[in-house]
Amino acid sequence: MEIIEFARSPWGQDVPIHISFTLIWVCGIAGLAFLIGHAIYVKFMAKPEEFEVTPPELAAKVPEKIARHSLVSRLFHWVMAAAMFTLLFTAFLPKVGFPFAWVTYHWMAGLVLTASILFHLIHANFFLDPWAIWPDKTDIEDAKRRLLRARGEAVPAPRKFAKYPMENKMYHMIIVLTGLSVTITGFFMMFRVSTPFFTRNPYLFGDMTWGWMYVLHGLAGVGLIALIMAHVYFAIRPEKFAMTKSMVFGSIDREHFLEHHDPKRWVVTESSK
Amino acid sequence: MAVIRDVMPAFELFQPATTDDALALLAKYGSDAWVLAGGLDSFDWLKDRIKRPKVVVDMSQASGLRGIKEVNGGLEIGAMTTLTEVVRHPLVKEHFSLLAEGAELAASPQIRNQGTIGGNVSQDTRCWYYRSGWKCYRAGGNICFADTPTAINREHAILDADRCVAVNPSDSAPALIALDAQMVIRGPGGERVVNAQDYFVGPDINIMRMTVLKPNELLTAIRIPGTWGGAKFYFEKIRDRQVWDFPLVNVAAAMKVSGGKIDQIRIAVNGVAARPLRLTAVESAVIGKPADAATGEMAGKIAIQGAVALRFNAYKIPLLRNLVKRAIGGVQEAAWKS
Repeated sequence: MEIIEFARSPWGQDVPIHISFTLIWVCGIAGLAFLIGHAIYVKFMAKPEEFEVTPPELAAKVPEKIARHSLVSRLFHWVMAAAMFTLLFTAFLPKVGFPFAWVTYHWMAGLVLTASILFHLIHANFFLDPWAIWPDKTDIEDAKRRLLRARGEAVPAPRKFAKYPMENKMYHMIIVLTGLSVTITGFFMMFRVSTPFFTRNPYLFGDMTWGWMYVLHGLAGVGLIALIMAHVYFAIRPEKFAMTKSMVFGSIDREHFLEHHDPKRWVVTESSK
Repeated sequence: MAVIRDVMPAFELFQPATTDDALALLAKYGSDAWVLAGGLDSFDWLKDRIKRPKVVVDMSQASGLRGIKEVNGGLEIGAMTTLTEVVRHPLVKEHFSLLAEGAELAASPQIRNQGTIGGNVSQDTRCWYYRSGWKCYRAGGNICFADTPTAINREHAILDADRCVAVNPSDSAPALIALDAQMVIRGPGGERVVNAQDYFVGPDINIMRMTVLKPNELLTAIRIPGTWGGAKFYFEKIRDRQVWDFPLVNVAAAMKVSGGKIDQIRIAVNGVAARPLRLTAVESAVIGKPADAATGEMAGKIAIQGAVALRFNAYKIPLLRNLVKRAIGGVQEAAWKS
């Protein structure tokens, strides 16, 4: 199976034109295999998570409800989710046997996604702690400890998480990469179709540049199939469901906080109560 | 990129005698199979080595798909019936002369002797960028070579273009739409019947196909209901060469007029979009109005709403407007007599 399809340009140059659409199925099946594998691992093989104990004096200061996501953050998340699902369905349903007029819906959803990302960049950088979602030194050390303990080695228990678990942070990094790839390439690809915003200009780039742009858009797009499957899967897993609820209602309860989060790393202030 | 135009490439040839046998072959060979009706569209593709099927399923021996019979005041035309047989059939000439005229204006007598009605409605577009083998949208690529600032696109679409600007070249298709025909399709799941106007798809829905036919399906028959039998018909085709050419624009109209006013009407055009278009807005606007030049003029203006010209095909906009005008206002004068 070829991952990238090539074609001969009018100038006799072999240029990439897009990914092989078989990758849709490859990513869908890979995503499904990961979910099944993870579910089996958690059910039958995973050891209970062990963390450093939270000092009682710190635990006593934790309120009953801890705000995790502001209303603005939640709205951003769900708008982005709606745009992402629209993009995936409009991109891939016609390719797997459900043809419909998808292009306009696709670029409209793309614009919504782009706008929501721009909003998020401003909101996260100027109104939230922008570093909270990026892995820090402690996360990396603790990830190493968890890995070694899973292999049965005697190493100190990892610390509890800050506001976001390491898995969240890793997922966010991958989504940043794929999301920026599809939105930036998608923005330029809008010059290839008729929209009210730009004058069509298929000559904006050369054939080779356009081709790699389509390939990157496609690779990031099919990658998002597996990533979104994983995201939805973790959102509905029982042990993660408190986080999912917080994306609807905004807060997590004290019990969940003390079980998974370190009050020293995620300092709960009055404003977050 | 056309090469060796006079030599056929190697492929395995099957000549099934029944539709069931043909469907079994299509199921077995999948995308490696190519359905051959009259061969007039197919041979270009095959000889030019643009399409390279491993298997060709020649339907010429499927006698059950040939012939015209009367059914409940209408007609059922086998998909393998030649255009000449359609043109000469007495029932077609007597009741549905619109189809006879459309079919007779297709290509040349020799081609009509070989070409089938099923092939005529299912033929691929004539866009030369696509037919020359360039990897355009329709061929699975990511560009329309006919819709670039330097493209030669005199014959291309003015309506409903979506990335691809190719047009449907069939002359019988608009006539069948105007007659409310139904297309009978057989596939692995059995038989399905679609209205003629829904048989064709635009690039917005499926940029790589002209019809709803799936690779494992066959168009087996075309049913024309008796609804429009004996109505007033109008067919006009504008082409570069009068003896043998594809349409630049064609128009087909079926109209029932009483007391000088239009009671019912169907009007369809081709050569302006990737699929033949039924002009429902025009139909709604002219019902109850006199079938005269003023109504025709109004209809023509409605027909061109939303038209977008490319670099070299702006002439199609007034052409379409005038053809629709004549179809409405000139029915009496232009009625076709065989």
